[in-house]
Amino acid sequence: MNWEAFWLTVRLAGIVSTLLVAIGIPIAYWLTHSRWRWKFLVEAAVALPIVLPPTVLGFYVLVALGSRSPLGRWWESLTGHTLAFTFEGLVIGSLLYSLPFAVQPFAASFGAVDSKLLRASASLGHSPVQTFRRIVLPLSKAGLVTGFALSFAHTLGEFGVVLMVGGNIPGVTRTISIDIYDQVQTANYSSANQTALVLLILSFLVLSIVYGLNRRPWAVGPWR
Amino acid sequence: MKHMLALLLLLIGTFATAQEIVVAAAADMNAALPQLVAAYTKKTGQTVKFSFGSSGNLANQIRNGAPFDVFFSADEDYPRQLIAEELAAKDTLYRYAVGRLVLWIPADSPLDLSKLGMKALLEPSIKKIAIANPAHAPYGRAAEAALRHFGIYDQVSSRLVLGENVSQAAQFVESGNAQAGLIALSHALAPALKDKGRYWTLPLDAYPTLNQAAVVLSRSKQQDAARRFLEFLRSPEATSLLGSYGFSMPVETH
Repeated sequence: MNWEAFWLTVRLAGIVSTLLVAIGIPIAYWLTHSRWRWKFLVEAAVALPIVLPPTVLGFYVLVALGSRSPLGRWWESLTGHTLAFTFEGLVIGSLLYSLPFAVQPFAASFGAVDSKLLRASASLGHSPVQTFRRIVLPLSKAGLVTGFALSFAHTLGEFGVVLMVGGNIPGVTRTISIDIYDQVQTANYSSANQTALVLLILSFLVLSIVYGLNRRPWAVGPWR
Repeated sequence: MKHMLALLLLLIGTFATAQEIVVAAAADMNAALPQLVAAYTKKTGQTVKFSFGSSGNLANQIRNGAPFDVFFSADEDYPRQLIAEELAAKDTLYRYAVGRLVLWIPADSPLDLSKLGMKALLEPSIKKIAIANPAHAPYGRAAEAALRHFGIYDQVSSRLVLGENVSQAAQFVESGNAQAGLIALSHALAPALKDKGRYWTLPLDAYPTLNQAAVVLSRSKQQDAARRFLEFLRSPEATSLLGSYGFSMPVETH
């Protein structure tokens, strides 16, 4: 069992799912309340990572954000290194990769809040921000935890993007899924087995929390 | 429902193979093998499919029942292990070349490789050095051995990034994400990279010899066709084609 890779992966998943709460809430709120007629295009874009192969994401992070592209050069001038082969690179790749797993549950729970409550809150003099903070957020707790847990679990299981842009550096980009892959490649089955079992149990626990919180049929997908 | 079933059968049907043979080949062959196969198919009408990966990865897939007919390995040890496990036919083992490791840098790099050689890797402008994963890729093991041979392993180890196989290592440099790589000569000479960079060939004594060997696999249902393809490897046509990708037996004397 490679604990370094394990903790690295937990750290990556923790950072990514926390950031996704911050990024996902405004996106989900906008998706729930916007009446813009082209909103469906944004919804489709947010859902893209569910269907896109991770290799597409990996390819873009490597090439479009590499030192041959303007964006990559800008990043390099800012930080002194390219995104590939760094922990930040994995964070950015994973943010894109797990975005729908946070935004969709958030939006579903925001949409389930009774609009009468929102109007009542407004008529009592609350600004939209106050209404959101005092009414919508508390009522959406289960959805928020679900989005956090799902994006955490999804990032734990990330493989393709990391394989393409990580460079397999111990303690920096060698995540648990890469470690399992390497162990299988070298026919080190007993060690692969151990690590796989730990990941299996951890993922099961996280998903049990999700389904325990939402005791009704629920699946990741278009929420309407 | 009827239509769905018909569609399903049609989709399944496409998996049924004709008389083609499938070659599992080390990543260093990914430019040369398609050329070799094209020449062979033109000559004999035999279709050949190929699958690339690191040699260790492929050997492992073969152990687990992968439906390959021929195995091209970048390290003779893997075919020998398969022979010992009765997964490959000993009499078909053919060493077709010695693989060469090169230090490759992009064309826009200012470093003068002919003057610096491996010392180029110590330059501050080299932030990341791509090699294949030593755990299961022969070129990765060779790269690690060479870095130790030149006494610079400890100085550069924090800057190493590992490709899944040697072609991913090449791609890391080609895409500009790493500034130098220890890759296969066959990649440096391949059309995709030829004009994009410069290389310096490492001396043969810097790393254990990378004997490239091919073998027919015991599970193959097309033993004859597979053997004929390996026969073709010995022909002058195949030898010169392989030679143009840097695959040849070394002539230097020791």
